[in-house]
Amino acid sequence: MANENLTPTQRVALARHPERPGAEDIINALFTEFFPQRGDRRCGEDPAILGGVALFHGKPVTVIAHRKGRNLEEHLACHFGMPSPEGYRKAQRLMEQAEKFRRPILTFIDTPGAYPGLEAEARGQGEAIARCLAISSALTVPVVAVVTGEGGSGGALALGVGNRVLMLDNAVYSVLSPEGFAAILWKDASRSGEACDVMKLTAADLLALGVVDEIIPEPEGGAHKEPNTLYQTLDAALVRELTALNKLSPAALAAGRYKKFRVMGSSAVRKERL
Amino acid sequence: MSSIFAQRRQKLLALKALRGTPTASPHAVERCPSCQGEFTRRELVAGRYVCPLCGHHYPVGAYYRLSMVLDKGTFRELDEALASADPLEFPGYDSKLEQAQGRTGMNEAVVTAVGRMGGVKVAVGAMDSRFFMGSMSAALGEKVTRLVEYAGKNRLPLILFSASGGARMQEGILSLMQMAKTAAALEQFSRRGGLYISVLTHPTTGGVTASFASLGDIMLAEPGALIGFAGPRVIQQTIGEDLPEGFQRSEYLLEHGFLDAIVPRGQLRSTILQLLRLHGKEVDQDGK
Ligand SMILES: [Zn+2]
Repeated sequence: MANENLTPTQRVALARHPERPGAEDIINALFTEFFPQRGDRRCGEDPAILGGVALFHGKPVTVIAHRKGRNLEEHLACHFGMPSPEGYRKAQRLMEQAEKFRRPILTFIDTPGAYPGLEAEARGQGEAIARCLAISSALTVPVVAVVTGEGGSGGALALGVGNRVLMLDNAVYSVLSPEGFAAILWKDASRSGEACDVMKLTAADLLALGVVDEIIPEPEGGAHKEPNTLYQTLDAALVRELTALNKLSPAALAAGRYKKFRVMGSSAVRKERL
Repeated sequence: MSSIFAQRRQKLLALKALRGTPTASPHAVERCPSCQGEFTRRELVAGRYVCPLCGHHYPVGAYYRLSMVLDKGTFRELDEALASADPLEFPGYDSKLEQAQGRTGMNEAVVTAVGRMGGVKVAVGAMDSRFFMGSMSAALGEKVTRLVEYAGKNRLPLILFSASGGARMQEGILSLMQMAKTAAALEQFSRRGGLYISVLTHPTTGGVTASFASLGDIMLAEPGALIGFAGPRVIQQTIGEDLPEGFQRSEYLLEHGFLDAIVPRGQLRSTILQLLRLHGKEVDQDGK
């Protein structure tokens, strides 16, 4: 089926497709000399955030991505792409290093959400995400975020405060997974299909809402059908975005990002009669 | 002249603080949901809605909350008219909003204001869990952001009392984006030397926890408040086992390093006044 005719539910399925290019695939295809950096320098290492330094067309960049893993063992280690606070604190560390060494940051978002576990809560999942948002909001280097698969909740947004936010055609981005949404709103997780229809989670919806800036087309049938085609399109888009952002001053980059998120949802506010 | 306004403001705040609190007779018997103990309504109100037997903190409304901490007659509400515009045209949302507005007399789940504490001018906000469970809407994010910006521009200490069930589902992704917006505003405020005291009250969960509520220079909480990112039920389903006693309560967060102090409701005002003094503000003697 042509991509433009897909229903939101079908796109959710494609975004979660087991063969969809993941963090490792995208990093291998787009960058050279990737040096993964591990650990949050406080207490642990979370493989659900894959990050480090790499060369992008010969220039150093910091890469930060959600990682789901490619086999069951990795899936389990990565909690199926759901980061723990250690992962978000590693991301903070990499952002601060990128700032120090004046490297642009490229993030790749693909997570059902932050890991809802006992230890994750004990170690401050909320604080870890909040700090990620605060730090990334004030960076003076270019930040380009790409939603490549599932963009679920605050766990996704933690890597999403970019000067530019791109989204793959079949990726989805939402306040919560459709299952979680249906469970909370209708107390019935099985109504997730219905949730997909009302949540406005497709790339086209989010472009219209001003949440994303650009849609990256995918090969017919989804990114996994012809990954190399996707990598070429994505590479070209990232080159274009970075070239434009590199022309801006550090202050303009921070101010531009602030302004971008400052107006999010301003059309969602009205004045009530008093 | 200003005292006339001050008196009017005080009356208005007192009126609004009463709104939404049940108008039962002072002799009516109340039963504490925590210890099951019984006492009269008068005792409960006199104790600021804290159980006189076990110290259980009842949730309170935003106006009442502010009336407890601000100097009398100094409350001036900001952005009172801001409300949700139902951005996704979500089925049934507009009528639910209307109901919530009618029931609570509020337009959104947060009240933001400027006022004084011990004579020190402060920017304050209080969330109200009776309005859509204190969930984060775009209007709520906008009000909080404007308050932070107001505090920054006027170099005022910022005090926020959080209470939230999480995201406003009916506003979808725009609810999520408020996390980035409020966090960004606070980061700017912080970099300019602004003092932010965050007070977590029952319950503070979801996107509010993962944004403005967790970014205080000083982190306080009322006793026994549920504080977390994921809800206990979701965690229980994920790990498939029972959660330990006291998990995600204020005392648990204190133990794990995420709070400076747990402060009973009756001591919140004096604690905040102390913190203002410790940050170089000249607090009136009578503002003890
Ligand atoms: Zn009690």
